[in-house]
Amino acid sequence: MSQSVLPPALTGRYYDLHEHDHPEGGSTMLGFWIYLMSDCLIFAMLFAAFGVLGGNLAAGPGPKDLFDLPLVALNTSMLLFSSITYGFAMLAMQRGQKGQTQLWLLITGLFGAAFLGIELYEFSHLIHEGATPQRSAFLSSFFTLVGTHGLHVTFGLVWLTVLMVQVGQRGLIAANKRRLMCLSLFWHFLDVVWIGVFTFVYLMGMLR
Amino acid sequence: MSAAHDVHGHGHGQGHGHDEGHGSLRDYVWGFALSVILTAVPFWLVMSGAIADKGTTALVITGFAAVQIVVHMIFFLHMNARAEGGWNLLALLFTVVLVVIVLSGSLWVMYHLNHNMMPQGTMQGMEQAP
Amino acid sequence: MTPAEPHWSFLLGRLGPDAIPTEPIVLATFAVVALGGVALLAALTWFRLWGYLWKEWFTSVDHKKIGIMYMVLGLVMFLRGFADALMMRIQQAIAFNGSEGYLNAHHYDQIFTAHGVIMIFFVAMPFVTGLMNYVVPLQIGARDVSFPFLNNFSFWMTASGAALVMASLFVGEFAQTGWLAYPPLSGLAYSPNVGVDYYIWSLQIAGVGTTLSGINLIATIVKMRAPGMTMMRMPVFTWTSLCTNVLIVASFPVLTAVLVLLSLDRYVGTNFFTNDFGGSPMMYVNLIWIWGHPEVYILILPIFGVFSEITSTFSGKRLFGYSSMVYATVVITILSYLVWLHHFFTMGSGASVNSFFGITTMVISIPTGAKMFNWLFTMYRARIRFDLPMMWTVAFMLTFVIGGMTGVMLAVPPADFVLHNSLFLIAHFHNVIIGGVVFGVFAAINYWWPKAFGFRLEPFWGKVSFWCWVVGFWMAFTPLYVMGLMGVTRRMRVFDDPSLQIWFQIAAAGAFLIALGIVAMLIQYTVSILRRDELRDETGDPWNARTLEWSTSSPPPAYNFAFTPIVHDLDAWEDMKRAGVARPVDGFRPIHMPKNTGAGVILAGISAVCGFALIWHIWWLAVASFGALLITAIAHTFNYRRDFHIPAETVAETEATRARQLAALEGASA
Repeated sequence: MSQSVLPPALTGRYYDLHEHDHPEGGSTMLGFWIYLMSDCLIFAMLFAAFGVLGGNLAAGPGPKDLFDLPLVALNTSMLLFSSITYGFAMLAMQRGQKGQTQLWLLITGLFGAAFLGIELYEFSHLIHEGATPQRSAFLSSFFTLVGTHGLHVTFGLVWLTVLMVQVGQRGLIAANKRRLMCLSLFWHFLDVVWIGVFTFVYLMGMLR
Repeated sequence: MSAAHDVHGHGHGQGHGHDEGHGSLRDYVWGFALSVILTAVPFWLVMSGAIADKGTTALVITGFAAVQIVVHMIFFLHMNARAEGGWNLLALLFTVVLVVIVLSGSLWVMYHLNHNMMPQGTMQGMEQAP
Repeated sequence: MTPAEPHWSFLLGRLGPDAIPTEPIVLATFAVVALGGVALLAALTWFRLWGYLWKEWFTSVDHKKIGIMYMVLGLVMFLRGFADALMMRIQQAIAFNGSEGYLNAHHYDQIFTAHGVIMIFFVAMPFVTGLMNYVVPLQIGARDVSFPFLNNFSFWMTASGAALVMASLFVGEFAQTGWLAYPPLSGLAYSPNVGVDYYIWSLQIAGVGTTLSGINLIATIVKMRAPGMTMMRMPVFTWTSLCTNVLIVASFPVLTAVLVLLSLDRYVGTNFFTNDFGGSPMMYVNLIWIWGHPEVYILILPIFGVFSEITSTFSGKRLFGYSSMVYATVVITILSYLVWLHHFFTMGSGASVNSFFGITTMVISIPTGAKMFNWLFTMYRARIRFDLPMMWTVAFMLTFVIGGMTGVMLAVPPADFVLHNSLFLIAHFHNVIIGGVVFGVFAAINYWWPKAFGFRLEPFWGKVSFWCWVVGFWMAFTPLYVMGLMGVTRRMRVFDDPSLQIWFQIAAAGAFLIALGIVAMLIQYTVSILRRDELRDETGDPWNARTLEWSTSSPPPAYNFAFTPIVHDLDAWEDMKRAGVARPVDGFRPIHMPKNTGAGVILAGISAVCGFALIWHIWWLAVASFGALLITAIAHTFNYRRDFHIPAETVAETEATRARQLAALEGASA
């Protein structure tokens, strides 16, 4: 297998001799998006479980006995508000305004915490009434689906807090901007899942 | 770790995070406004019982949910066919197809299994005592 | 079957003296493993290898090192999984005429469960992942994967899962439910002990690693291809890797979710899969096979890629029908989501559902057939070199096709009603997994070993291993086809019908022949390592191959390519050789590389502790280790300095050495 020595022109055609360092993090957004798709599938499984088992009340309480739609509407609006405030945080980030970004992130966090607080109140009320996850397959799948969403929101809030610290320490450097964009995708994705939850769990539940 | 850069434009993706994932104030405000409407109407429909037929109501609120998801995708997640050279959209479409297959397939399969194999013959049978 | 009230203490959970096994076989195994383990640790300490291992291997984020570690893990677990197989073969060969054999039910049921779990999750998956990890970045002209730290973390999570499974052998017990752990048997009522919990947590931990690895490789293939390498100029192995990783990302979340539901039933008392309060065990079967079917395509698609590379290299020709290979792979990927019910035709979904899935199952065999024909057409009129990789390829073609045909038989629902859960099914899937995945991994190891280590594998012992495996496989599994058609059920420990014994004895003989094949393979590796100087390959391209990984030295430098190649055609390296391209000899630049890190090992280690704590209900430890996990992960995100540059002088030196090496070869051959 000999290699004859030909003019460098050929070498330059087959090797990138003027290669420059690729800025790091070029794959991050795509990678995170693909992760979100996998998370979407986990939720799809939980929706499937709810779809199949949601009618199995085991002579226990059902949606009409348990769901408080005005409370769910309030919850939904907390999450929706948090989505737009995160959007404002991203706009401030694009403009390079660290203080504004932090402010909108904080407000987002407060709305998110409000969502969680209301949800925890709802759960504790249900359990107090005897509608525990162990009572029936309907309740098992309800608590798991809604609870998994809530766990994701909790994790998102932890991430938000860590990012606020990191932005506070290092400012809006490229790495932090990437992280904020990933959290943005995550946060809006959670709102998308919630659309499914309030429609198919709460609203449909009242219609069954 | 150094990725190769574009020489022949082989679908490498235009930005290193520059032109993607960026919205404008208009996008967010529009998205928010539409979402509010698309949320309020289904809640109202169910809470007031405005449409007599429950089946129709179910279909209508499903439609609203689908539209609101699309609104979120476009206005909040900035989904378009250009992001990451089209790979984002492809990944999303593939996931949607799979979710549809898995959800509808499971419902179909489980309905038949329950019908053939469960004691009282239908899923409604499970409403009775354990 | 209500269990006795288990013993539990705050400090140790349900861990107590009864966790230590009392069975002689297990105790003997423990003694051997403990002694061997201590000897190994002592040797590593005596030769002061810990520093080397930690710095060069365990904390490495280099895809090549991680790929090799995956292969080592797979090999070690393969020996354990095969030991389980041998034990089963012996038991089934002797348990006749009133004899109970040498294994009681409690032990035997764990063996067949562990055999399946280990072979699928801790042998086949690591092998396939290791191959993709090693080869894909090189084939696409990249320096590493998109997320090198995640890659390291993924490996260690898989290793942690494997460690938990191995621990179950000596501390407690493993599941006795079969490898998919169907409820209600796997539920709290019927499996109250730790076995199913070991199953759940080892799979969940390894599953995180696998899913992240899937995301990593998709991003790598999409974003990090060399300039000029369009999608339709990618090597076929890269295409199959892409589709495999899409399947991974699209199916492992399903497994994660289902196992979460099962663990909620076991830990919290929910009613997803219970017999009462509205639960549905059938739902578990449905969901787990939605994962399970794509899983088998995850195992086989990379292997199809391996065979494409090997066939074209050893035929000295471009692969026949590249586009149809690509389309066939994509079609298989999508169709694999439309067939899952064929695993439970007999559960009772009825004619319409069964017919639909029976038809889709038959359809999915078509693209695989297309691939077979493409390989054959590549070989047609070629001057074929029958080195070991090509021998394994031919064995695969003959073996796998028969296994595939028995699969089409099983796809017919009425036939499946007779054959489901019989030995015919066992023979079918071992036929395709051994004939496909195992033969493929051996082919791949023989093919890419010289690239990874700089010397060839010695062929004599390789051929001994080959013949032992091929003859042994057919001897071990043909009797199972026969008995399956006669109606013999799987997972049986004792038999009443003495006429079956001869078949089991032949099968056991076949298994022993395979054991010899494995020994021969280990001898091959040992002898090759000892005689590596004689077997040295300095060309970097011992097979005269066609894809970019063969353009590097063997082994490649840490940075893979001093300059990223520019691609103009399919079979990029073959193209460069034909054009007579000269390597660049100067103008080298510093190369940006990621730093090694211990964070992956530590996070995976804490995960294993957390899993162990959850298994044994040591709640304080579970909470503490979970907290430690979170804190460590968050702390890791505060590390912003994760990279460095290899100085241009170092690159220049390495490349100069390579240039001298090639010049010497040319001088020698002139």
